[in-house]
Amino acid sequence: MSKSLYERIGGEPAVNAAVDIFYRKVLNDDRISRFFDNVDMEKQAAKQKAFLTMAFGGPHHYTGEDMRKGHEHLVKMGLDDSHFDAVVEDLGATLEELNVPQELISEVVDICETTRNDVLGR
Amino acid sequence: MMFASKHHGVGFNGRAMYKLTIEDHTYSCQPDETVLDALLREEVNIPYACKKGTCHSCMVRSVDTLPPETAQAGLKNTLKKQNYFLACLCCPEQDMAIKLPDQSEFYTEGTVVANEMLNRNTLLLIIAFKDAFEFNAGQYVNLQRPDGLTRSYSISNIPKESNTLEFHIRRLPNGRFSEWLHDEIKVGDSIAVSEPSGHCFYLPERRDQGILLVGTGTGLAPLAGILTDALTHGHSGPIYLFHGSREVEDLYRIDEMRQLSKEHENFHYLPCISGHHVPEGFSRGRVNEVALASFTDLKGWRVFLCGHPEMVNQMKKMTFLKGAASADIYADAFLSTPD
Repeated sequence: MSKSLYERIGGEPAVNAAVDIFYRKVLNDDRISRFFDNVDMEKQAAKQKAFLTMAFGGPHHYTGEDMRKGHEHLVKMGLDDSHFDAVVEDLGATLEELNVPQELISEVVDICETTRNDVLGR
Repeated sequence: MMFASKHHGVGFNGRAMYKLTIEDHTYSCQPDETVLDALLREEVNIPYACKKGTCHSCMVRSVDTLPPETAQAGLKNTLKKQNYFLACLCCPEQDMAIKLPDQSEFYTEGTVVANEMLNRNTLLLIIAFKDAFEFNAGQYVNLQRPDGLTRSYSISNIPKESNTLEFHIRRLPNGRFSEWLHDEIKVGDSIAVSEPSGHCFYLPERRDQGILLVGTGTGLAPLAGILTDALTHGHSGPIYLFHGSREVEDLYRIDEMRQLSKEHENFHYLPCISGHHVPEGFSRGRVNEVALASFTDLKGWRVFLCGHPEMVNQMKKMTFLKGAASADIYADAFLSTPD
């Protein structure tokens, strides 16, 4: 049996290596940083880790309903496709920085795409 | 059958059943059951949410044994050192005594041995104990008045043979507790003191790492403890302390810190004044702004932030954006209780 994406990308150590780089990019990204103005850094770092684990095809328990509820207040603040794209772009740039091969990055982006409608509450 | 012994029941798959003790109650943890699942099955009231190690809601402390390493994944080093672990990730490897977060605290009576003013509104309170009081410099305790009124204060010294704890108590306008400590408490009085808590403290590892300490007002208390601890452990990396206030009269221990910086080449002390009158030798501006302007890159630094909640929250984010790893940022926001 072929290895899962999560295994090929490097599992939990890969998540740990990516999480600070990714979150720093997101907070520095003028397109989306305002959505993170009032969040607690420590709690947010844990959430980012859970998100990356899911995006890397790892074990997670998120349902579409969780995604909807978790982003509801952001949709009210104006969260739309452009912001979703920005996050995916920051994630891609993070993985490039970590020298993850392009074909694995594409698989990660595909997983992110499956959550788009739930995140944006459609 | 490494883990099986005469004292434990052994499950059909070879894993043992272990006892979980909370205060006077004992519960059994089935083979392959997590501590959280066992406690929930036994109807113990324990907070939890994600059940997968993300939210940290179910963090508890092991009182008598080292928890399994896997149950501490993602926790700060200072929490690991105190044997905190996530109940949802913990399959016990031995019997465990556990402390829940809301479990009633154990108080010890101490005796006030000194109370003197550090500046116009800050009191130095020293409380002595008969027996050794174990803590890490930078942690806080609850002080309790005989009528039950309780407030948290940071410890400003490192553990000493004299078994004393030192506190910096700022008089708050209409603050019932701080007024009591300032106006009524005398040398010789006794005060009830809780066990220490908090994970904002120094660990003697990576001694060549840069350390940034930023505090407002009595945020100096835990930072002074952390600083003394680091210097005592022979920390060799650069240590910068930024202590800020509106007016110079609200800073304190200025001469002492200046003296320390003369004695230790790697220690730098920068008192900051955000008000109009800035005497020579002080930096002009808010402490967070002065500190941030002093560094272009904080990659690899360990950061401690104590004091005003807004300053602490803003600095957590800014020091992270300047390159400090999230695991290396320790913060203690002082919330004042509305009276």
